[in-house]
Amino acid sequence: MSGHNSVASLYFIVTIAMAMVLRVMSVWPELDPFNPDWIVLALIYWSIALPERFGVFTAWSVGLLTDVLTGRLLGQYALIYALIAYFSIKEHRRLRQFPVIQQCVFVFFCLLGSQSIIFGSESMQAGNRLSLAFWYPVLTGTLAWPPVFWLLRYIRIVARIA
Amino acid sequence: MASLALLVADYRGSQLNALRSLLAFAVYPLQSLASLPVDSFEAISGTVISYVELQKENQRLKEVQLVNDAKLLKLAALEKENIRLRVLLENSFQLGEQVLIAELLSVKLAPYEHTVVVNKGSRFGVHPRQPVLDANGIVGQVIRVLPNSSEVMLITDPDHAIPVEVNRNGLRTIAFGTGQPNRLHLPFLANNADVVPGDLLVTSGLGGGFPAGYPVAVVDKFEARPDKSFANIYATPKADLEKSRELLIVWSDTTPVVIGENNKSKPSAPEQQHVGP
Repeated sequence: MSGHNSVASLYFIVTIAMAMVLRVMSVWPELDPFNPDWIVLALIYWSIALPERFGVFTAWSVGLLTDVLTGRLLGQYALIYALIAYFSIKEHRRLRQFPVIQQCVFVFFCLLGSQSIIFGSESMQAGNRLSLAFWYPVLTGTLAWPPVFWLLRYIRIVARIA
Repeated sequence: MASLALLVADYRGSQLNALRSLLAFAVYPLQSLASLPVDSFEAISGTVISYVELQKENQRLKEVQLVNDAKLLKLAALEKENIRLRVLLENSFQLGEQVLIAELLSVKLAPYEHTVVVNKGSRFGVHPRQPVLDANGIVGQVIRVLPNSSEVMLITDPDHAIPVEVNRNGLRTIAFGTGQPNRLHLPFLANNADVVPGDLLVTSGLGGGFPAGYPVAVVDKFEARPDKSFANIYATPKADLEKSRELLIVWSDTTPVVIGENNKSKPSAPEQQHVGP
């Protein structure tokens, strides 16, 4: 199992990088408001699948990179991702037993919490009137969870990461 | 966990540009990768364009070039005259402006914000609060500079305001972004202000951020509100905010950077320093 350590890290980095690319990709500008936070989904998956390997600090680092990537205040996503990773790791035994639909509920609340923190932070920075479209990624992210879950589980099984 | 949150909270509002620049190096390839599909699509559609179309475009561009050349001739004469008149008035005048062409990366940082990323950063001497134009008018201003890229806030962002004046009569005011694409709001004009739909708004140059005299928007709705002290005025930006892929970053003072052909004869004049607001 320990021999797979670097392989697992490699897969983790590649999938997170892909999630980051998807996060800022803008191929159809009309669909931008619906683009979910793919990084959170990937992080939740890896936190549930390999809680002993990818901890809160990893999530925090990913969050810091996301802050730079999306031009937010440094620390905003770091805080959010660290919190989400903490809850995912704490509940990983239960979450693993859940059917995908029930996991969706957990993901929904994670995304709702993270979006609320972003809402607070953005509102603090400016009198920016955020529209209803601000909350769309919560719903699309929840809907995107099953495909992400199946894809990443497939990758994990093929790569034989325990 | 608590210490982590504390550390994060510590980061807020502090100056951590060095760290950000460092991390930006790690993140830049990802941004380029995200921008790749659209870029390659543009490249392909540029390659497979038909010969006839190219010829047509060439013809059209030549005509435009001719017209522009003729206009430039006149502009040069006018500029000289303007400088002479301003010297007579003992007034300072606008120094030459340098531009840098930057290409848009098709990435979206936050869907609820009107910001875009361009592929020129501090390595090209770009600095925050620099005005950004396209061929038709003001696009926005640089808000953050990373080594390889910079973030540009568009004038339609709800947090953006730009000092403008009505080109027809010099009436000065401020235009705010609305958050809707292609819509600006002018909330500080009185009900009896001399503004009619169709008026061109140009930058007034006040505040030091934007150079004076560039077109910003065209007024498209004037709604007098007798019960309020200010009228409701909306305008449509001149710049093609949604479509332009090449933007011009402008140095309105003559800081010595990159391509600059402003070797125009400048009479001795007080060096205008860029003063930020």
